[in-house]
Amino acid sequence: MSVLVPTSLADALQALAEHPDATVLAGGTDLMVELNGGHRRATSVVVVNRVPELCTWRHDPITQTLRLGAGVTYGQIERDPIASLVPGLAEAARTVGSPQIRHAATIGGNVGTCSPAGDGLPVLSALNAEVELVSAEGIRSVPFASFMVGPKRTLREPGELITAITVPVVDGWQGYAKVGVRNAMVIATASASLVADARRGTVAIALGSVGPTILRCPEAEAYAMQHANFSERSLAADVVSHCCELVRLASRPIDDHRSTAAYRRHAVGVLAGRLLRRAFPND
Amino acid sequence: MTDTALPTDVRPGRLGHSTLRPDGVAKVQGTFQFSGDLTADGVLWGATLRSPHPYARILRIDVSGAWKINGVEAVITAADVPGVMTYGLIDQDQPVFASDVVRFVGEPIAAVAANHPDACRRALDAIVVEYEVLEPLTDPEKAVDGSFEPIHPLGNVFRQQRIVRGDQTIEGPIVVEGTYELGMQDQAFLGLEAALAVPDAGGTGVELHVATQWLHEDRKQIAACLGMADEKVRLVLGGVGGAFGAREDISLQVHTCLLALRTSRPVRMAYSRHESFLGHVHRHPCRIFMRHHADHDGRLRRVEARFVFDGGAYASTSSAVLVNGITHAQGPYKCENATVDGWAVRTNNLPCGAMRGFGVVQACFAHEAQMDKLAVAVGLDPLEVRLRNAMETGDRLITGQVVESVAPVQRLIRELAAMPLPGEPVGGHDRDPMRLPGGAGRTADVGNVRRGIGWAVSIKNLMYSEGFDDYSTARVRLADGVATVKFATAEVGQGFVTLAGQIARSVLGVDNVVLDQIDTQVGSAGSTSASRQTWMSGGAVDGACRLVRERMFERVALLHGVDPLGLVIEGTEVVDTVSGLRVEVSEASAGIEFDETFEHHHRPTEDLDEFGQGNCHTAFAFAAHRAVVDVDPELGLVKVVQVATVQDIGRALNPLSITGQIEGGIAQGVGLAVMEEIIQVNGHVKNASFTDYLLPTFLDMPDVVIGLVEEPEPQAPLGAKGVGEPPTVSSTPAVVAAIRDAIGKDLTRVPVRPTDIVFG
Ligand SMILES: Cc1cc2nc3c(=O)[nH]c(=O)nc-3n(C[C@H](O)[C@H](O)[C@H](O)COP(=O)(O)OP(=O)(O)OC[C@H]3O[C@@H](n4cnc5c(N)ncnc54)[C@H](O)[C@@H]3O)c2cc1C
Repeated sequence: MSVLVPTSLADALQALAEHPDATVLAGGTDLMVELNGGHRRATSVVVVNRVPELCTWRHDPITQTLRLGAGVTYGQIERDPIASLVPGLAEAARTVGSPQIRHAATIGGNVGTCSPAGDGLPVLSALNAEVELVSAEGIRSVPFASFMVGPKRTLREPGELITAITVPVVDGWQGYAKVGVRNAMVIATASASLVADARRGTVAIALGSVGPTILRCPEAEAYAMQHANFSERSLAADVVSHCCELVRLASRPIDDHRSTAAYRRHAVGVLAGRLLRRAFPND
Repeated sequence: MTDTALPTDVRPGRLGHSTLRPDGVAKVQGTFQFSGDLTADGVLWGATLRSPHPYARILRIDVSGAWKINGVEAVITAADVPGVMTYGLIDQDQPVFASDVVRFVGEPIAAVAANHPDACRRALDAIVVEYEVLEPLTDPEKAVDGSFEPIHPLGNVFRQQRIVRGDQTIEGPIVVEGTYELGMQDQAFLGLEAALAVPDAGGTGVELHVATQWLHEDRKQIAACLGMADEKVRLVLGGVGGAFGAREDISLQVHTCLLALRTSRPVRMAYSRHESFLGHVHRHPCRIFMRHHADHDGRLRRVEARFVFDGGAYASTSSAVLVNGITHAQGPYKCENATVDGWAVRTNNLPCGAMRGFGVVQACFAHEAQMDKLAVAVGLDPLEVRLRNAMETGDRLITGQVVESVAPVQRLIRELAAMPLPGEPVGGHDRDPMRLPGGAGRTADVGNVRRGIGWAVSIKNLMYSEGFDDYSTARVRLADGVATVKFATAEVGQGFVTLAGQIARSVLGVDNVVLDQIDTQVGSAGSTSASRQTWMSGGAVDGACRLVRERMFERVALLHGVDPLGLVIEGTEVVDTVSGLRVEVSEASAGIEFDETFEHHHRPTEDLDEFGQGNCHTAFAFAAHRAVVDVDPELGLVKVVQVATVQDIGRALNPLSITGQIEGGIAQGVGLAVMEEIIQVNGHVKNASFTDYLLPTFLDMPDVVIGLVEEPEPQAPLGAKGVGEPPTVSSTPAVVAAIRDAIGKDLTRVPVRPTDIVFG
């Protein structure tokens, strides 16, 4: 097995161009588990955690966006200054593994794996994040919603590097909640993110672990938007319960050894209701 | 986390002092050698080929492919076993390698040795096994009712045992009943199975370094399979990273020795976590029906019960676990009349055997749920109904055995009731969302949460039962003020290495104690299980030290012309209580070596007769637990806030060590209550990894408040009862009772799952 450790983006792209079948390694918290378990084989590995361009982030106050390099870790995201810019993503970050895992685990790795249970992903989906992909051929930007095409399946082409995730800095409430059988260090059995953009008057709800991809809930979002009062942060109780029902209907959960479809469907409804109440505390 | 007052007035290093572990610093710093760290010059790696099927006929095994892999030095199957083909702690029904039939997923079929783990892996992949897959027996009831063809020549029932006592016609007036279920818990020790076997020149014998619970029993079974005399097999204890029962049975011992003897090279084997889940026995899943008949005032009149223990594919200790379960069906309560029927049966699920609590965990979960039902039925407080029925010394068990042990059940309950409740409301004063059910997932707000309180009390037998003489041996030498202690007691983390030094220092008046290697070059110590080593090996070390002290006193008496009977140890001196003569122990033992060996035996016990009557147990310990939980009923998530306990310990020989046992036991009890379960579907294991077999984390572990009741046990050599198991036995039912209290639902199964809380 060959292991390449480029120290610049240009070198990393060249390494990938020369070894299109290479496996990218960032924090290794997904990849090493798969390699050690024999679920995945790698002939060559390109290590990207020493590429400075990937490890930086930038807040642009003019465009109101935050550009997170793929190598930014959840340990960074859960703390300020990033946490105050994307509090929902910070909440998701705090649910990832343990402090040790978060120290190594990157947002790019979470997006690279694209598990329906990836904790950052519902927030990225609700924020309409853009995934930046770069290869020797060029650069493209893909909305997260189309980037993820199935469980652990993405639009990333061989030779492409995920370089950054860009999200808007939203004026309003955003949050994430995750159900697991343990109080920490647990894979989500169901999760949800909600972003209420007060300036645009939009509500976005995204669900994790209840479908093959992260699911958005357009009906529930539209219904909430129609009835929400953003300045007073209020939403009527019957609207909340109807939204919960619409969220349950939007979920497409399965039975497995971690839980049942019935429970997952029920749980995302409960989570949506609670997130709506956190966003709109008044009746 | 824990709130206990530890005594400070005892001489450091002596009995009663919270002496630190001799291996503690090395363990914290990572320099301690666990079994998995062992290696030797020219060592080969061993690996095991396992069955992917719960039940299948083996049509053909072709190992020729494995031999073609570079670096492979040995490939062995059942055909290479020179001695007896099967092993087992009680019945020898488990093959070293399956040759005709596989009976559980993970059953060993072949083993290889090679110069690198990768070569081992490739060699295993190259072995071809052809199976005829059979429909597995996974429902234990089908073994009970005989509707499934025998899956083993010895049949599908390991043991059936009844207990029939007193008046069988008693009914009511108050009747409460229920059916309870426990899932399969794993011991989940952190130090995986590992061993190093070093063959003697010429292959006449072998030395095995291994993490185990009982060196001499391992040796007996290994030697039989190797076709060697016992003394040709020498065992040395490898560093053990936890055991909890899972190292009582043979796992990789015979395989490692066979590979070493076959290759004439040292061989190391080490299981992965996945393999460990398949490669050792687990806690028995169990289904229990119980019906209690009581008076209107809540006093028990008769208990009826039916237990079905799923023992999995091989016998292990199932028959003893069964007897422990059914003989503890009454709990720590007076009850004159009983009708109990128990089965331990064979299925194609993972084999089950010993785990902390050994059958009593199952019984206690059921009888404590029943006591709560009874309290409701007669309109009493749950504590009051327990106090009214509390067992006392001199009471008879449903086996007819008189409880001679100290039995301070009422005192435990009263002192527990007086323990402080959590000082913080739901969510805590600081409103840290991590404190709420759901923890880091941020699922709940304070308004979503309900708090509950639950109680449970337990009785647990100590030592082995049913006529078994599980004695322990120790050898103590004293020279120039240095005591050297030798025993074969497996140190699995419980702290016997600490205690042995404390005993020697206290009895002999020395400061300097050397612990010899733990191996089979001294008599058996019995197993590190059944809460027995403080009592049994503690008794052996104490006995050997006393013999040495007698020799030393005789010498001092002779040299100084005093009566040896007037001599005592004070500090590090021999003191004559008559003349006031004082001699340092180092001087009294100068230029000479006193060398004594002692075997401690507990009093004999008996088998049960066909009505389940007989003095089958040695002694008993009691514990009481109170759990406070916060529950999010809508999502079914639980946060155990606090567990308070008062435990009957006899005497606190090392309060810090006891605290460790109690906290650890509660962690395991909380785990069984709310998350720990090996999930099998039609014999296939779905979660053999720590990704999905969930153990409590720091955030799941409650605050623990401990009270110790010290009433020295007259039967016990040091007055101390074992403390390892009771914390696990009644903490699980206390947590479940607290969840019931919070949500008002009849939870009858552990672990309690979110779905049970939401939809149950
Ligand atoms: C104990 C433990 C607990 C965990 N708990 C959680 C949890 O609670 N929630 C959760 O969501 N996840 C969890 N994970 C999974 C993991 O930590 C996260 O998915 C993490 O974000 C992965 O990041 P990484 O940098 O370690 O990725 P890596 O393992 O390095 O890579 C993951 C995948 O992404 C690809 N990749 C990485 N970077 C790039 C890039 N720049 N361009 C293209 N492809 C790339 C890799 O090739 C690989 O396929 C846990 C893992 C462990 C071991």
